[in-house]
Amino acid sequence: MNERIKPVVMPKWGLSMSEGKVTGWLKPAGSPIAPGDEIVEVETDKIAGVVEAHETGTLRRVIGEPDTVYPVKALLGIIADDAVPDAEIDAYVAEYATQAAAEAAQEEAPRTHFIDTPAGRLRYAKRGEGATTVVLIHGFGGDLDNWLFNIDALAESATVYALDLPGHGQSDKKLDDPSLRGLSAALLGFMDALGIDRAHLVGHSMGGAIAGRTALDAPSRVASVTLIGSAGLGDEINAGYTDGFVQASSRRDLKPVLEQLFDDPDTVTRQLIDDLLKYKRLDGVAEALTALSASLFAGGRQAELVAEALAASDVPALVVFGASDKVIPPAHAQALGARASVEVIEGAGHMVQMEKAGRVNELILAHIA
Amino acid sequence: MARMISYKQAINEALDLEMRRDPTVILLGEDIVGGAGAPGEMDAWGGVLGVTKGLHAKHGNRLMDTPLSESAYIGAAIGAAACGMRPVAELMFLDFMGVCFDQIFNQAAKFKYMFGGKAKTPVVIRAMVGAGFRAAAQHSQMLTPLFTHIPGLKVVCPSNAYDAKGLLIQAIRDDDPVIFCEHKALYGSEADVPEESYAIPFGEANIARDGKDVTLVGYGLTVPRALSAADTLARSGVSAEVIDLRTLSPIDWDTVIESVENTGRLVVVDEANPRCSIATDVVAHVTQHAFGALKAAPQMVTAPHTPVPFSPALEDLYIPSAEAIVAAVHKTTGPVKSAA
Repeated sequence: MNERIKPVVMPKWGLSMSEGKVTGWLKPAGSPIAPGDEIVEVETDKIAGVVEAHETGTLRRVIGEPDTVYPVKALLGIIADDAVPDAEIDAYVAEYATQAAAEAAQEEAPRTHFIDTPAGRLRYAKRGEGATTVVLIHGFGGDLDNWLFNIDALAESATVYALDLPGHGQSDKKLDDPSLRGLSAALLGFMDALGIDRAHLVGHSMGGAIAGRTALDAPSRVASVTLIGSAGLGDEINAGYTDGFVQASSRRDLKPVLEQLFDDPDTVTRQLIDDLLKYKRLDGVAEALTALSASLFAGGRQAELVAEALAASDVPALVVFGASDKVIPPAHAQALGARASVEVIEGAGHMVQMEKAGRVNELILAHIA
Repeated sequence: MARMISYKQAINEALDLEMRRDPTVILLGEDIVGGAGAPGEMDAWGGVLGVTKGLHAKHGNRLMDTPLSESAYIGAAIGAAACGMRPVAELMFLDFMGVCFDQIFNQAAKFKYMFGGKAKTPVVIRAMVGAGFRAAAQHSQMLTPLFTHIPGLKVVCPSNAYDAKGLLIQAIRDDDPVIFCEHKALYGSEADVPEESYAIPFGEANIARDGKDVTLVGYGLTVPRALSAADTLARSGVSAEVIDLRTLSPIDWDTVIESVENTGRLVVVDEANPRCSIATDVVAHVTQHAFGALKAAPQMVTAPHTPVPFSPALEDLYIPSAEAIVAAVHKTTGPVKSAA
C-alpha cells in the first residue's frame, strides 16, 4: 500500500468490539492534521471516544458517514500531504475496500473453538502454523483473552494454542480436582484431545505453576516452560487480591482488586470490569474460584510449590516478572537460580504480558527458538 | 462470539433454564400455553406476546393455563410458593394487579414477617409495564411505585436483554416474592447474552455509562432514553453518567450517592406518574444524604399526572423523551454549559 497515504480507520476498543458508529467529525475535510489531533468521534455499545491522529498531513477524504455503523478497521478517512495527487488517493480507497473485504471473509472463521476433554468442554483459540507448538495457560480467574497481545505475535513463528482452564472463561465450570495436579491433568487431557504431543508451555500466575507441575510430571510432553508472574515459586501471595477477586460481586468492589494487577491502575477499564463481572455471575464460577483459592492460596500462602523440583530438573525455563507485581512478589523470579533465564521488567505489574507485551513476546520467541 | 438475543428471548431462556435446573419451578398464567392439546404445540401463543412460546413443548404440564381470574391464580401461586414450589405467575399487564392486591400486599408480602421468619414465599409475578404500545390507559401504566411502597416485596425492572435473563434467574432463586416488570417496548431490544445460566444480584445498580458532569438515574425504558440523551449531551460538552437501577426494591443507594458526589448534579427519569414515584424517592434520598454535594436542584423527568392517553400523538408525548432529559440536564448545568 502507498506509504504517503495514512488511513483513518474504525478503532478496536476492547476485545468484544466488532463495530462502531461514527457520531461526528471534529475536523472538516481539508483540515491540516497534526499528531494528537482529535479527528472523529466514535461510539460502541459500551463506550464513546475519539480517534486521534498519529500523523501529520491534510484530512483529504472524509468517508465515514455520521450516525452510520462500520466494522472495526473500516476506512473512515484519509490523511495525506497536499502533494499526493487525488488519483493516488482514489486508487488507495478502492484497493482498501477490496482488502478489507478479503480480511473480513477470513475473520468469518470463529475466533475460538470448543473441544471435549476428560475435564469437560474447554474453549481454546489456535493461531499460526509453525512447526513449534506453544500452549498459553492463563492464571486464576483469567481466560484466553489474557494473551490478547501475545498470541498473534507468537503465531508468527509457532502454532499457538490458548485455552480457558476448567472453571474459567467459556469452558465448563465444573472443577473435579482444584489442585495443581488436577489442573495439570486437565491440561494434558486438552493436549491429548488436540493431538499435541509436545509443546512449549507458557503460563501466567497460576498457569505458570500448572506449566511447572506438568513439566515435572510429564517431561516428555514439555519442550520448555515460560513462567510469567508465576505462582509455585515461593510462599507468599497477596491474599487481598485472591480473596477480593473471589468475593467481589459489584463493580465498586472489583475495581480496586483489579487495579492491583497492573503497574498503572488506569489500565483497568469499565470493559475489563464488566467482562469479569459477567464471568463471575455464571453458574458454577463462584464454586470453582472458591475451591481453587482454598486449595492453592489459602491464608495468603501458596500451598503447592514447584520451584525446587524445577531447579533440579533439566527442563529449559524462562522466568519473567513485572517489577511492580503486587500479587506475587517479583523476588520469586530468582527461585530457580542460575537454572533459568530471568527477566524482571520495570513499569509492569502482575499482568506483565499485557503491560509490556512487546518485550515479553521477544523473550518468549528467543526462549522457544 | 457475541450472541445477540432479544429481551423477550432472554426471558424465555431464563424460564427454560430454571425449569431444567429445578423441578419445583412451575409457570401459571393466562394463555401462557395458549393452544395446548391442539396439533402443533409450537404454534401455540405462548402468552399474549409470545414470551413463553415453546416452553410447553419442553416442560409439558409444568405450565398451566389459568382461568381469567387474576385473584384466583395469583393466590394459587402464592399458596404453592408457601408450600415449597417456586411458581412464576404471568399476570400479562401489571395494570391488572389491582384485583389481586390482597393476595400480594397482605399475604405474600407479610408471610415471612408474620410467621417470624419461618415461612418463605419464593413466588415471581411477571407482568408487562409501560406505555408506547397503543394499548390505552388500562394496559400501559408504570405502577412500580405501588409495589416499592410495600415492605416484603422485591421489585425488578430490567432495561436490556442481558439483565432480563440474569435478574429473572435471580428472581426465581430468591426466597421472597418478586414483582418482575417487563417493559413491553423493550421486548425486541437485543444484547449479547451468554448461553449459560447466571444470576445478577438484587440491589446492584449498573453504571451504563461513565460521566462526570451530571448523574442520570433511570430503570426500564428510561435507561435507553437516558443513554440517548447522554449522547446528545456529549456533543455539547456535557458528560453524563447513566445509572440503571435494575432493582427498585432493594435499591442501590450507594451507587447513586457515590455518583452524585462525583458529578454534583442529579436528574431522575421515571415513566411512572410524578407523585410518590421512584423519581421522588431518589431525589428525596439524595437530597437528605448528599445535600452538600449538589451544585443545583435535582430534576425529575416523569410522565405527567394523567392516565396514559390512547391518542398515539399524546402517548408519545407522555413517555419521558431524550429531549426532555437533555432539557432537564440543562436546568442543572445552567445556560453557560448548555451554550458550549
